[in-house]
Amino acid sequence: MNEIKDNVTTQVPPLGGQGVADMIINIGPQHPATHGVLHLVITLNGETIKKVEPHLGYIHRSIEKMCESLSYRQFIYVTSRMDYLSAHINNHACALCVEKGLQIEVPERAQVIRVLMDELTRIASHELWWGAMAMDLGAFTPFFHAFRERENINDIMEETCGARLTMNYIVPGGVMQDIHPNFQQRVKSFIAVYKSKVDEYYEMLTGNTIFINRMKGVGVISKEDAISFGMTGPAARGSAVTCDVRKYYPYEIYNKLQFDEITETGCDSLARYLVRLREINESVKIIEQLIDTIPEGEFQAKTKAVLKLPKGEFYQKVETARGELGVYIVSEGGTTPYRIKFRSPGFSNLSALDHMARGSKIGDLVAMMGTLDLVIPDIDR
Amino acid sequence: MSNDKNIKSAGSSPPSGGLGGYIKEVFTAVKSMLVGMRRTGYYFTHHKEIITQQYPDNRETLNLPERFKGEVVMPHDEKNEHRCTGCQACELACPNGTIKVIFKNEVTPEGKKKKAIDKLVYHLELCTLCNLCVVACPSDAIVMAQTFEHSVFDRSKLTKVLNNPGSKIMEGVE
Repeated sequence: MNEIKDNVTTQVPPLGGQGVADMIINIGPQHPATHGVLHLVITLNGETIKKVEPHLGYIHRSIEKMCESLSYRQFIYVTSRMDYLSAHINNHACALCVEKGLQIEVPERAQVIRVLMDELTRIASHELWWGAMAMDLGAFTPFFHAFRERENINDIMEETCGARLTMNYIVPGGVMQDIHPNFQQRVKSFIAVYKSKVDEYYEMLTGNTIFINRMKGVGVISKEDAISFGMTGPAARGSAVTCDVRKYYPYEIYNKLQFDEITETGCDSLARYLVRLREINESVKIIEQLIDTIPEGEFQAKTKAVLKLPKGEFYQKVETARGELGVYIVSEGGTTPYRIKFRSPGFSNLSALDHMARGSKIGDLVAMMGTLDLVIPDIDR
Repeated sequence: MSNDKNIKSAGSSPPSGGLGGYIKEVFTAVKSMLVGMRRTGYYFTHHKEIITQQYPDNRETLNLPERFKGEVVMPHDEKNEHRCTGCQACELACPNGTIKVIFKNEVTPEGKKKKAIDKLVYHLELCTLCNLCVVACPSDAIVMAQTFEHSVFDRSKLTKVLNNPGSKIMEGVE
């Protein structure tokens, strides 16, 4: 007995000393903080993270390959299943790319409706992120408060588009149906409710000292690194990268609208958090500009029964709630695309996680993942 | 919006050193906790602002909007007639092969042979409720129904025939 005990003490090095073996710990694929089937293989030295290795592929459905066998009207619905929280904006990107190839002039009414829906989706997505991230950090109540406001948007979507999450409302040439007669009134009442409740967000979370201490200085990524990792969206704008596609490559009617690009200089989790909260206010500003002045006219342009894109390559990028989504279509002149590639924002943002997390404690990893706002089906496609 | 002002002040207070700074920090932390708890307490005592729906119990009063996409159905009138001509536009528009039109040969009273639909088979288990078939239908024969409780014990129960047995096409629909 004594012999064995001696053996053990000689084999295991003293705690904290040189030559301590690394511990490999797996977070996911089934873990509540990863919000999906993300598998992180983390190399730890004590509590300090040495390496984070994301393993992907658990929810790969080969959407790009599936699109090759669908027509230009049919493939749009599949993209709702990529970034399901900004499904509407994904559909929008695909429709814009097809319209670019066919050179369809979209009626102004349809453009306004599309932008309104985009911004409502953005608010809904940021609301869900706010609640879910607070829940990851241990605050459970904000989750319900965020979902209360988000429910209003879901009801608006349900009434006009017929579904709450995967709307499939946008078709090449416009939108599928005209807006519901109640639409304007309901959006206005939502904005009034949102404005009366927004102070609660500050009271409950943003002003809380415990929350700020968990976010400040956590997951720092410099502006240069954010650019070199290809980060986009609110995650990059928290590091003072100016990359809002709506501002610099305006599509639809965004160049006629008054809104600010939100950037923060903190480069940490708190900065990314504040960017998203302030972005909700910008989206509200955009909706307020448009909701009273939806122009009359057609909601859909006249298109041919069978769409055939001319031979060539077409690319369109839009700003989703997570960053820049690019749709790249190669056409051989047929009724189906020859190749489709989606440049998803989540994949690039996830690639920066390793760089961000090295040297910090494992408890902070959840805060970093939360503020990157990862949606796994968007990363895997 | 007051939120913008609030957001700017978040985390901007510089950490002051010394014992005084420490005590100040403790008091700020306790104050911020109490502010948050006051909000929680407000909803705890104001039951009218609770919006939770007791779902399985409120089935009778549940109102779904008329555009809600639950499943594809084919409306029939009181004479058991539908509007489907069997043009297969829905079958072509469907991205998943959800709809299959099966034909039969019918003899009209004048003795002419006419092609008519025998069965319009609809696979709810394959359907993603994208509404493309309803939009594609030239004679408005199929619409979306507002049902949503689709779970069954056997997958084959989700394969449905949309036209009623013995039904025929409405007069005047081409």
